[in-house]
Amino acid sequence: MKSNNRILLSLFAVFLRIGAFTWGGGYAMLPLIRNEVVEKRKWITSSDFIDGIAVSQSVPGAIALNIAAFVGNRISGNSGAIVAVIGSALPSFISIVVISIFFLRFRELSMVQGFFRGATPAIVALLVGAIVDIGRDALKGYKEIIIATGLLLLLLCLHMHPVLAIVIAAILGLFVRRQL
Amino acid sequence: MTFVQLFLTFAKIGLFAFGGGFATLPLIEREIVIGLQWFSHSEFLELVAISELTPGPIAINAATFVGYKLGGVWGSAIATMGVCLPSVTLILIVAHFLQRFEGNIWADRTVRSLRPAIIALIAAAAYSVAGKGITDIWGIIIAVASFMVLRTRKINPILVLIMAGIAGIIVYL
Repeated sequence: MKSNNRILLSLFAVFLRIGAFTWGGGYAMLPLIRNEVVEKRKWITSSDFIDGIAVSQSVPGAIALNIAAFVGNRISGNSGAIVAVIGSALPSFISIVVISIFFLRFRELSMVQGFFRGATPAIVALLVGAIVDIGRDALKGYKEIIIATGLLLLLLCLHMHPVLAIVIAAILGLFVRRQL
Repeated sequence: MTFVQLFLTFAKIGLFAFGGGFATLPLIEREIVIGLQWFSHSEFLELVAISELTPGPIAINAATFVGYKLGGVWGSAIATMGVCLPSVTLILIVAHFLQRFEGNIWADRTVRSLRPAIIALIAAAAYSVAGKGITDIWGIIIAVASFMVLRTRKINPILVLIMAGIAGIIVYL
């Protein structure tokens, strides 16, 4: 029991550190996690980790948290998963709460307003960049281009619920694969 | 707004958060701005900027921010737990039932089928943020300049956002 607690504590510490350095995307931190849990601590094997990435991609949610849950579960069951998830979510949770406290107090300041008016167009640039990057891989066949365009039109013109876009793509994916 | 409603709303967002934070933005907008009207359109833009500027996954950051604004620290804890719950539960189920998970085939299939939807969702997010967030010629200039910097240099996107924000202070003050 004592050693189990120690494992949980180090799980928490490792994922806390990893969570603090995830800035932006989850994929950037996969090598960081791999280094900690496979190479340094030998908690799981390399092929287990690859399985974990695959599982993390095929369920919804942030990949960083999913892989934390997977690794935690492999090492110490459900409590391990929960401890790892809390550890990796805690740094961003605390930073957002701190930022919220200040932001909600100072948001009327014209300097803060100016900052956000300037940052928002840059977010559009980020989003367009993501479309270019993902699209290069994803839109190879004409079928995929038609599905993506159709879904976009439904989202923009008919204000379709975003969940439906996911559901339709999943059904079409199944159907198209059947035919092949 | 009750805490139960806050929890369930973010659990729903967490359940359909496929394809990363960017692709989840239209769902967050639909639920928080259009559906429940907890946030205005301009507050949504601030939410996106803050979620992107802070370390950690976008959907989690968004949940924490919305929760804090509506219900203080308790609200942020409840919204964050809500958004994490579906994926963590699914991971535990999958890990339990499939000891040797043939993950690669399965993941490859899911990811490949969903990719057109993910592209469409990110494009819808770009359209929405551009429509409300680019209001004048300066907005266009900042967007184009940021895009060019992001595409030509290996630079952390957060730095580009901060530089764009500083440009915003200079231009709009």
